[in-house]
This record gives sequence, structure tokens and C-alpha cells, in this order.
Amino acid sequence: MNALAHAAGGSTPASLRPFLAQLPDSFWMPAQASSAAGDVDTVFYAIYWLSVFFFAVIVGLMAWFVVRYRRRGPDDVAGRTPSHNVALEITWTAIPVIVSAVLFVVGFKGFLNLATAPRTAYEISVTGQKWQWFFTYPNGHVSNELHVPVAQPVRLTMTSEDVIHSLWIPAFRVKKDVVPGRYNRTWFQAETAGTYPLLCTEYCGTGHSDMLTSVTVHEPGQFEVWLDQESNLLADLPPAEAGAALVKRNGCLQCHSLDGSAQIGPTFRDLFGSSVAIRDGGTIIADENYIRQSILEPAASVVAGFEPVMPTYAGKLKDQDITTIIAFLKTLSGLGGAEPEAQAGPGPDDSGNDGAAAVTEVP
Amino acid sequence: MTTIPTTADRPIHAAEPHHGGNYLNHAAGFRSWLFTLDHKRIGVMYLAAILFSFLLGGIFALLVRTELLTPGRTIMTAEDYNRLFTLHGAVMTFLFIIPGIPAALGNFVLPLMLGAKDVALPRLNLASFHIYVVGALLSVAAILLGGVDTGWTFYTPYSTSTGGPVILVTLGVFVLGFSSIFTGINFIVTIHKMRPAGMGWFRMPLMLWALYATAIIQVLATPVLAITLLLLIAERALGIGIFDPALGGDPILFQHFFWFYSHPAVYIMILPAMGVISELVSIHSRKTIFGYKAIAYSSIAIAIFSFLVWGHHMFVSGQSELAVVIFSALTFSVSIPSAVKVFNWLSTMYKGSIKLETPMVYALAFIVLFGIGGLTGLFLATLATDVHLHDTYFVVAHFHYTMVGGVMIAFLAGLYHWWPKLFGRLFSQRWGNVGAVLVFIGFNLTFFAQFVMGAKGMPRRYFNYPPEFEIYHQISTAGSYLLAVGLFVAAGVLVHSLLAGRHAPANPWGGATLEWQAASPPIHHNFDGPLVLTDPYDFSGLVWNDAEQGYDRRDRDKETANP
Repeated sequence: MNALAHAAGGSTPASLRPFLAQLPDSFWMPAQASSAAGDVDTVFYAIYWLSVFFFAVIVGLMAWFVVRYRRRGPDDVAGRTPSHNVALEITWTAIPVIVSAVLFVVGFKGFLNLATAPRTAYEISVTGQKWQWFFTYPNGHVSNELHVPVAQPVRLTMTSEDVIHSLWIPAFRVKKDVVPGRYNRTWFQAETAGTYPLLCTEYCGTGHSDMLTSVTVHEPGQFEVWLDQESNLLADLPPAEAGAALVKRNGCLQCHSLDGSAQIGPTFRDLFGSSVAIRDGGTIIADENYIRQSILEPAASVVAGFEPVMPTYAGKLKDQDITTIIAFLKTLSGLGGAEPEAQAGPGPDDSGNDGAAAVTEVP
Repeated sequence: MTTIPTTADRPIHAAEPHHGGNYLNHAAGFRSWLFTLDHKRIGVMYLAAILFSFLLGGIFALLVRTELLTPGRTIMTAEDYNRLFTLHGAVMTFLFIIPGIPAALGNFVLPLMLGAKDVALPRLNLASFHIYVVGALLSVAAILLGGVDTGWTFYTPYSTSTGGPVILVTLGVFVLGFSSIFTGINFIVTIHKMRPAGMGWFRMPLMLWALYATAIIQVLATPVLAITLLLLIAERALGIGIFDPALGGDPILFQHFFWFYSHPAVYIMILPAMGVISELVSIHSRKTIFGYKAIAYSSIAIAIFSFLVWGHHMFVSGQSELAVVIFSALTFSVSIPSAVKVFNWLSTMYKGSIKLETPMVYALAFIVLFGIGGLTGLFLATLATDVHLHDTYFVVAHFHYTMVGGVMIAFLAGLYHWWPKLFGRLFSQRWGNVGAVLVFIGFNLTFFAQFVMGAKGMPRRYFNYPPEFEIYHQISTAGSYLLAVGLFVAAGVLVHSLLAGRHAPANPWGGATLEWQAASPPIHHNFDGPLVLTDPYDFSGLVWNDAEQGYDRRDRDKETANP
């Protein structure tokens, strides 16, 4: 969806703009929305004022000495002072030792709180992949935006499909690298309902700065309602509409446009049924089998002019899902009946979503 | 006070003008430079190469900052932006900051400070420079082949899976490592074996302590980088699984290996800078350095601690919580010797005779900027706050305050300080100071804004960003342009001095270390007469000579008359 925002000349997904502007925040820190944020900020401001104090002392003394002891003529010599002073030197070694020790202990305690999730925490699995997030809830539902209940500990168990990513929710003050081949964990307890940015902070290539999505903190009782609705979405929809929802949910629109413009991958518009030139030579008719192969083995027959960068969706999409996506692609080529309505994401938060908006842009 | 006999037996004034004979015109022709064994010429060639690298890295920086003027595309694509910030980091780190002070200024002044004719191993010294050029050309060749987008840290598995000539750049850095090791070996041997009679360890200039501590790190840490880069090349070229989990490797292992070198490398950069500042603060205050032993020992302490803190780059990587806690504690230990040095510099200025000569203006800028760089390190060593700040612009600002506000400023301070010795010319102090003030203001505009946006939620290495960060980015970019203007003024002052500067006296600042007893510029074999060895910070014998516009040793004639 961010790719679409780029194509339109914008920069930030429209869906992120309103809440970013609404956040009340301090000069240094974004708004606090988790149980840990207050403590982290207290430590931050304690170090801040400590630093301001030491900085003022150092620069103040320096400026005073420069003025007071400026050289008044070429024969001016320095005053006589001792070349060292053991008591003074021990003092100014001891002060940073004590300050450091205190800061270490404070930081250690805060870190233990950030690292230790309560036993009762609600479990969500996170998968990072160039350049999108997948959040898997206990019932098997997968979403691209994170949804959590308010006032309940949530533990994220995270891994990556390709390179190292890092999940950061500034409003919660939590961050953890998302590493291929291992599970990293973090947790938080959101305290304020609302929507907050979630970003990737480990450099991961071209789309690194667009690997951002949102965390929606639901009011008490609303999270279960949202999850229930989202989970049963596909069962109640015609295939093409379910396909449209899946295309959005799986982040296909990061690279494939719906409006005919070529991005990281070829556009979906008028793709189905067309004859496409293949990178390795020859042409293929983009029929059901080609679409299926491109989803499961993306590197097999890459369209000429594009790089083989698409990750496989084998294991992520079931046969039935692929069938619905094909049904959706047919509608973009004017085949297969009516166009899907703009209800790709009927969840409570989806009204302003770019992905859904993008689907409706199809004429 | 002792006198040191040098190569010549004639008891003549060491600083007597040599009627045109100096190391610069000792021999002519391209080959006389390229294959010279003279540490001074090698230092000057290093200086030229390093300044060129600095210009290149600076241009990349300005392009990066210009791209960030607006969210999304301003002047280039995301792919080009990623290549540019990678090149900026790699060029600045491996070609400018690491060799900057030791290889250019250190090469020039180290033997002079020892009253020696050259370093202990002149051929190794020349080899070091040739290897530097080869490594630099390999890295620059990669730019011509399209550049790489791995970031200067080469994190796996991104670096093993992305396109571009990654192996070539890696190979370049591998080769550059040998250059650094050779310089380190040379300095260690020279300081051990070539100190003159009467110069015990605790009568060495503090610059030499700093270079010695630096050399230890260069020799012990750089091989680890070499091994790491070879493993990376093996994985990329041969598919041997070491770091990539798809091949059975561990990506966190790469980070351990990489930072085991690259954190000590931070001190390869900053220790010589601290050495320069220790010299300058004392000389330009005309006052004995306060707490000599504390400063000397703190250099060694920093060198030792530097090997024990690499894990603080990995607080959120998923390494064990126990390791995180231990690395946090060890990281704080580095702050203590650094703080001690700052307090010692301040005490040196107390009751001094301080003159705001251009090198001193840069030295004061160093204390301010390094102060901010060091204090903001506390936020990052403290675990609770680091989790939030890690990999944001706060970190970018922090290390630029130490690496640019610290090392680059100290490099300029040292360059201006020894410039009259290097080329025998004085420069315009007024314009030198104008340049320094512009650099200081531009630098703070550029990087202070980055602290704020980082803490507020701006991750590093972002091509695109939410619009509320635009104002901070624009302040930062405007600052970078001012910084560039300041640096061009600073460069212009030096170029003007070469073309039209007045001839420099042997001792324009009143330094008591031995290099100021050589002519400006020094003769080919450095010294011509016996040298007067005093405490390096005893300025009592030096008096202003108005005719020479420099300082003279009042007691020299008396000393040399009775050898």
C-alpha cells in the first residue's frame, strides 16, 4: 500500500497521517501508550537533566577559563598550579563511577521489565518479510496490521522469512530485532486505545522505510469482536471479493499496482489472460496455472523487466486462497463477472486503509 | 633537561633556516614521492589521499542529506539512496576516520616527537600507504560498478543476498585492514625502540601515548575484521553457511564478529583525537598538562575496555539477556576514562595563558561536541532507554557527535596545529577561526536536530519518512550545507597559506615537544643539531621572539654551548 502512496507522489500512507498528528507528545518523546512507556521516559529525562547539568558545568568552566585566563600578550605566562592533585583526581573519577553505577542499575531494572512478559500474556506470532509484516493470532487469523486489546499483556514471538528486520512501536517504547532462523520475543501492555505506528528499524533494502504499518489498540471487548469478524471474512464473501481481501492482506500491493503502473513487480491490471514476455526468453499466457506458479514458485518464470525478488507464498496461502486471488485478478482484466465492491476490509479500522482504497480505485 | 645528539655533530642551532633545503624539495619527481621511505612524505601522501576520501565521503553525505529534504523521492530513488548512505559510511569510516589522524598526522609527527630520523620500519610504512591506495581503489571501483547497498556494517544475511559488487567492497576493506595493521606495528616498534635517552615512558608527549594505545587496538582487532570479511566472502561466493540461516549459519554471529572489530575501531578513531587535544590544550594554554599520568593511563584503559563492549551494538538483536546486562555494565566503564580526560583538559586551562589560535578554537569545539557525544552515550548504555533509541536517528546523531564532532574536529585541530611544521607556512588565523565557527554551527544544526527526531520515532537508514519529521530533516540538511561551507573556508585558508602564506618559524605556538625544534618544514633527516629534551609540557624556557614571530628556547644556547 505504501508503494501506491509513492506512485501517487505521496510519502506516508494516508492511513497513518491522522493519528500521527493527534498524538500528544513531549519535546523529546512520542506519546506514551504502554505500561512501560512512563518508566522509560522517566529514565530518559533523568539522564537528560543529568547530562544538561554536566554539560553546563563543563562548557561553563571552559568558557569562563577562556575569558578569564586569555593571553594578554606574547610574554604572558600561565599561573602556577600543581601538575596533578590526587584527591581531586580520585573525586572526579569517583563521580562518573557512581553516576554510571546508578544508571546501570536503573537501566537494568527497566530492561528486565521490558524483557519479562507475564505468564498470562496473549500470544501473537510475527513474521517479517521484505517489506511487510504478518501478525498471526491464536485462532490462525493473519493480518498485516497489528491489533491488540487494551490493558492486557501481549507477547510477540517473531521471526523473519528473509533478512533481519526489527519491530519498533515508538508509542510503546519496545523494539526487538526480527531475525531469520530464530524466534525473538518482546511484550507490551497497551494502556491507551488508539492507532500507533509500527516500524522496521533494521535496514532491509529498497522498501525498508515503507515497512511500516499500524498497531490498533481496541477498547475493552472490541478486540474479540474485530478478530471474529476478520476471521470469518472469507467464508461470507464471493470468491473475487475474498481474493481482493487476500491480495491486500498479504501485502501483494506493496509491489503490484492495480492501476497499470509497473512497480517492483508487474501490475495486476489486465494481467490475467495476457501474453507476458519472460525474463529468460519466450512468452507465457498468464492463465490460472501461471498465476498459481508465480505465487508458489515466484522465481520460476519472472516477467521480463523485473528482478526475481518476490518471496514464495507456499505455506502461507492455501489452494482455496489462490483460487480466490485468481478470481480477483480476472475481474481486473474485465473477466469473471462483476467487480468486487469496496468492502475488502470490513473490519472496524479498515475504512481509511490504503489497500482497501486502492481496490476501489479500479475503474 | 638533557640534550640529544642527532645525526650531525656540528653544534648548530637546530631551528636555523636551512636555506631552502627541506624534505619537500629534498628530491624531485613523481617517483621520489611514490617510493619514498621518508615518514614525512608518506604522511603528506596519506594526508592527500585521506583528504580526497573525506571530500568523496562528504559529497555522498550532502547527497544523502539533500535526498532527505522531503519525504519520498527528492532527487534519487530508494535504491540509489541506499547505495549512497552505504558508500558515505564505508568511505568515511575506512578511508577517512580510521587512518585520518594516525596515518597522516601521526606518521608525520611521531618520529619528530621522538627526535628520531624516521619510524623504525620505513619500508613497512611505505607498504602501508601502497596497500591503503590499493584498498581504496578496490572500494572505489565498486562505486563505478554500480555500488553496493549493504550499509557499511555488511549485516548478514542482507549482505550475502543483495546484488552489486559486495565482494569487491569487502575485499577493499580487507586490504585496507593490512594498511592499518602495518601502521600500528610500526608505531609500537618505534615508540618502544626509538625513544631518545632521557625520554622515559612518562616523559613522552601524550600524543604518543594515544598513538601507542591506538596501535595496540589496530594490531589486535583488525585481524578479526579480516577473518570476518573473508568468511562473508566465502559465504557469498561459495555458499558456505556461516552467517545465513538458510545455509545453516547464524546471522547474529556475524554481528558479534563485526563489532568485535568495529567497536574497538571507534577507539582507533577517537584515541588519537584525544591525543591531539591533550597536546593542543596544553600548548595553547602555555600550561603544563594537568594529570599527565591519568591521561596516559586513561588512553590505555580505553584501549582495554574497548575490547569488552562490542555487545552494546546488539542490545535488541536477540542475544541473551544476561549478555545484554553484562555488556551494559562494561559499556559504562568506557565513560569513566573519557570523563577523566575532559576534566584534565579543563584543569589544564585553569589559570593558563589561553590564546584562541585556530587549533585551540577547534580543540575547544572538540570538548563541547565530544561532551555532547559522550553524554548522549549514557542514554544508549542505559538499557531501558536504549531499547527505544536503538537504530534511530538518536544513535546516528550520537556517533556523528563523537566521530565528526570528535575525530574530524580533532583532525582539523591537529592539521592546523602542525600545518606550519608540515609545509613551513603560516595561515590566516582570522579566516581559520571563521571556518571553525561555521563548522561548529553547521555541525550542531545538522546533528542536534537528529537527536530530537530519533527520540520521537525516526528510524535510521530511511529513504521515506512520515511528514512530521520533515522540519527536523530540513534543519539537518540546511546545517549540512553550512557545515560544507565551513569546511570549504577551512580548506581555502590552508590552500591560501600554501600559495601566499608567510614563512613559518620553527616554533609558532611555543610547543615544548621535540618536533618544534625541527625547522619548518623539517629537513630530510629531521634534525640537524643536538636537541634539548625537557618535560614535553614545560613551557618555562620558551620566550616569544618578535623578529621570528615564533618562540625561542631561552636556555638553548647555554645548553648547546656546553655539550
